[in-house]
Amino acid sequence: MKFGILVNEGPYTHQASDTAYQFAKAALAKGHEIYRVFFYHDGVNNATRLTVPPQDDRNIVKRWSELAAAHKLDLVVCIAAAQRRGLMDKSEAKRNAKDADNIAPGFRISGLGQLIEAGIQADRLVVFGD
Amino acid sequence: MTEEGAGGAAKRFLYVNRRAPYGSIYALESLEVVLIGAAFEQDVSLAFIGDGVYQLVKGQDTKVLEVKNFSPAFRALEDYDVTKLYAEKEALEARGLSEADLVVPVQVVGAERMAEIMEAQDVILDF
Repeated sequence: MKFGILVNEGPYTHQASDTAYQFAKAALAKGHEIYRVFFYHDGVNNATRLTVPPQDDRNIVKRWSELAAAHKLDLVVCIAAAQRRGLMDKSEAKRNAKDADNIAPGFRISGLGQLIEAGIQADRLVVFGD
Repeated sequence: MTEEGAGGAAKRFLYVNRRAPYGSIYALESLEVVLIGAAFEQDVSLAFIGDGVYQLVKGQDTKVLEVKNFSPAFRALEDYDVTKLYAEKEALEARGLSEADLVVPVQVVGAERMAEIMEAQDVILDF
């Protein structure tokens, strides 16, 4: 089956990102396809490469980046939600005259149309949130 | 129910709004998805359940909150061909509201009918 995944909550504060990650990993292990993972609301905070969790804790952002690299996952961060919350890639930082970017490897910033498209293309869109 | 979209058969998308309009950003960001999604020519419906019915209440004044009153945007939905709005009867009644209190016309449906509407969808996004 082809899954789309929507993550609506930030890392550590909420279980949503952890559960979405475990779901994606399990689905891939069973031979399913992940069409796209879309990060919305505070979920965009899952894409910051500046996160430094305690060493004895899981690194949620790094886990997503590694899963994306291993399975060529499409991790998409909503641009409107990201701009509100200070998440940006190099070109967005330049466009908005900011002195830094902070997006982690494997993530890309794009529009909400990517979420709708995931809903259209996937057999199931699974929402992880509050 | 399914209409033909540009890229073949359209899917049935239901946006479920279950939170109050202010106090968290979910309602506003839900509306942003609806407005963007309208360009995709899918079969779109909106459901308002629980505190979500407050999103549609007339005469919202958010000045003292210093946040944007986005309720007028619901009136623009018609221009995007988004006309299927369902409000849960029980949620309205529990909050002392009726259709006359709302900024746009809605179909008021009971919780059981709402469950059937949800059952008939291809994609449900709840906020």
